[in-house]
Formats: sequence, structure tokens, C-alpha cells
Amino acid sequence: MKNKAKIVIIGGGISGAAIAYNLAEKGEKDVVVLERHYLTSGATGRCGAGVRQQWGTKMNCMIAKKSIEFFEKAEEILDYDDVEFKQEGYLIVGSDEEEDELFEKNVKLQQSLGIPAKKLTPEEAKKIVPHLNTDGVYSATFCKTDGHLNPFLMTDAYYKAAKRRGVTFYTETEVKDILVENGKIKGVETNKGSIECEIVVNAAGGHAKEIGDMAGVDIPVFSQNREILVTEPIERMQDPMVISFSKNIYCQQTPHGAFIMGRGDDREAGLSVESTWKFLDEMAKTVTNLLPPVGELRVIRQWGGLYNMSPDRQPILSEADDVKGFYIACGFSGHGFMFGPMTGVLMSELILGEEPSMPMEELALSRFEGKDIDAYETNVV
Amino acid sequence: MDPKNIIICRCSDVTLADIYELFDEGYTSFEELKRIARVGMGPCQANTCGKMVQWEISKYLKKPLEEVPFHNMRPLTLGVKLRAIKEAAEDEE
Repeated sequence: MKNKAKIVIIGGGISGAAIAYNLAEKGEKDVVVLERHYLTSGATGRCGAGVRQQWGTKMNCMIAKKSIEFFEKAEEILDYDDVEFKQEGYLIVGSDEEEDELFEKNVKLQQSLGIPAKKLTPEEAKKIVPHLNTDGVYSATFCKTDGHLNPFLMTDAYYKAAKRRGVTFYTETEVKDILVENGKIKGVETNKGSIECEIVVNAAGGHAKEIGDMAGVDIPVFSQNREILVTEPIERMQDPMVISFSKNIYCQQTPHGAFIMGRGDDREAGLSVESTWKFLDEMAKTVTNLLPPVGELRVIRQWGGLYNMSPDRQPILSEADDVKGFYIACGFSGHGFMFGPMTGVLMSELILGEEPSMPMEELALSRFEGKDIDAYETNVV
Repeated sequence: MDPKNIIICRCSDVTLADIYELFDEGYTSFEELKRIARVGMGPCQANTCGKMVQWEISKYLKKPLEEVPFHNMRPLTLGVKLRAIKEAAEDEE
């Protein structure tokens, strides 16, 4: 293993791989990526494989839109065969007048940023998803350029492109400590030896807080297990992802044919990714009610993954104020995969001291200092 | 026999030649193979191909079989219809 590098990135998910690729593409090739297990073994590989732009805050909308623009050209840019990207939309269904008002506000914001979202009546929603049970559906929104993307293959595309440009990846390599001297990063210690470096990037997803603690940087995030399941594959029957905040569900048919679905609950913060029968019961009830024919499919596997929640449910893309050379890309609050391309671009700009592609104040760690955050992104399942 | 004609994973249609190709690209753990090629991720959940994949990894890495980790098995053991789970849950309530 190398014992010296300029930049060490912690985390082999989409964020770490995308940051590494962007750095190398800009000429900074002295980069090592450390991954505790295998690439995508954390939140990236456990996510619902959806990519959407229908968010309720300006920053989330902007990051998502620019990321989708990248996904549209990803295979060409990264020279990769197929990342299983399909743009057949996200259909968001709401239950009452209150949610309808939220939809109205969201769509207005999204349209003002150039996102082609629109409001729909339940009848219009049913035209897009004929098996949707519209009892209890008050209104809906739809954005046709949202869609599906394979997290394993997208990360693999970034990984291979970064590797070809000179980045080194070490899997099964766990960071045990981060060395800081006089307020500056000096290196990292791993289970396989230490690496001297000037810059550490914390892209550790669900474990970002623990990595922050190693550097003595308090990051106001917590992790929560969210469960998910997949069915047997069948012939094509549903084009868009169907989601609902009030009904607590997201459910899509992947290009491969399997249905993948999840929901959240009020669970204690922690690092467990266990599977529970309770989730299976609640998920089965919710999906069978909203999308009745999907109830006829067999569940073949369930698992859990970590949402790394920030106080305002927007990512933290920032340098730490107190430790020079410690950079943070975490707090994605359940949408780190779909924001991956912009995480890569913005973090590489921050690290290399370039002009950022979008205003970064609202993404900085310092935004939380001395503030009680009461306004946050509500469009999270 | 040509490895292209040997099906390892029937659910996801993965041949022995596909597995060899992935080995040469550097994917030599079961977990990595699953994620790139979907081997073992179909309806049988690697109950058919699991041991064969483990054996092929063992041969490629020249490591004893017991030192090659088997894939992480997840619930459910058998496929169950969502509607059946819903009905059973409602019966209990």
C-alpha cells in the first residue's frame, strides 16, 4: 500500500468515486480512495436506484438537475457501456389539500429552475400508471426526466474512469484514525498501514459522523436505517417511479424487470442496517393498496441502508473551519446517490480552489452554527 | 466445454465466461460479482449458483474453498407474494 498521497478520500460509494474522478480529470492524480469493504457496500449500493429533480429546496433542485444532466451523458463521458439509465419519470402522489398546496409550491420552484415538473389530477396520473389505485389520491406531480439508474454500474463507471486517470483504490481497507497536527491534516491510519497526506475527504456516507470525530470535527448529522425490498423480475408494466410522502412509499420497476420499493419510519438513530418483519408487513400493505397488481409479485430479498441526515436535509459539501485540509461531503439525507455527479464536481472545485459551479454558502458546514434549523426539505421518503 | 456455453447463474443468465471476464477485471469477491453481474441475485437467491461461484473464486485465487467468503444471505429464504404478507399481517391485527 502507498504510504503517501496528496489526497485521501474516505468512502468508496458514488460520492468518493465521483470526487476522485473529478480531481483526476482536472489533473490531480495523487489521490487514494479508501473503502472499508467493497465499492458500493454502503448507502450507494443499498439505495432505491431512483434519480429525481422534484425537490422542495432550491439547492436540492439545482444539484439534482445538474446531476441528471450528467447522467444523460455519463456513458459517453466516462466511456462506459451501460449504466441502466432510463428517464421515464417520477410520479409523486399526494393525499389531501395540504399536500396539494405543497405540490403547488414545489412545482413552481422546480419550474423556475428549468425542471420540467407539472401538477396532475388523479385521472391524469392514472393515464401514466394505469394500475395506480387513485382512491385516496388528491393530486400528483410528474417530472418526465426523472428516472432510474443502476447504483453499482454508475459507481463502477466512475471508479474505472478514475482508475484510468491514475487514482488508486484500496478496498477492504478501514480508516482507524485521522492524524491532525496544529490544526492541519497530516495523514490517516488504516487497518493496513498509514498514509501521509495533506487532504482528507470524508465521503463516508452513513459513517461520516464517526469519521468527523476522528479528525475532531463535529458534524451535525445522524444516521438512520431505511429498509427496502426487491421482487422477482417480470415483464414491463410500470414506467415511472411512484412515490408518496404522505403514504410513505417509493416503488419502481427497474429496466431489468424487478420491482424495488421502500419506506421510512421513526427509527432511532444508529448504524444498524438490519432487516425487520415489521417493515415487510407495512411495505406489503402500502404497496398492495396503492399499486394493487404489484401485490401479486414475490419478494425475493430485503435489506437496509443508512440515510445520513443533516438538519436541513441538504448535503454538507464543505471544508472544515477548524481543521485545514479536512473536507466533508455528507448529510445527503437519503439522496447521495442521485446527487453524486455534482458532489464530485463541487468538491473537486472546493479542494482545488476553483470558482464553484453554484453558490456554496447554503451547503457549508458553518450554516448550522448557532442556529436552530426549523426549515428543512420535506420531500424525503 | 466452452465457458460461454456454461450457465452459472440461471436466474440472471450469467455464464462461466462472464465470471472469468470479471475475475480478470479484478472483481474476485462474491459480493462484487453479484453487484456487477447480478449473479446470485435472482429468484433463487444463489441457492443454485452460490457454491459454484464460490468454487470458481477459490480456483481463480488458488485459495482453499473455506477461505473464500460465501455471499451475504438476506431474507427472505423463499419468495413470498406481497399480498400474502399483507393478508397475514392483517389477520394478526
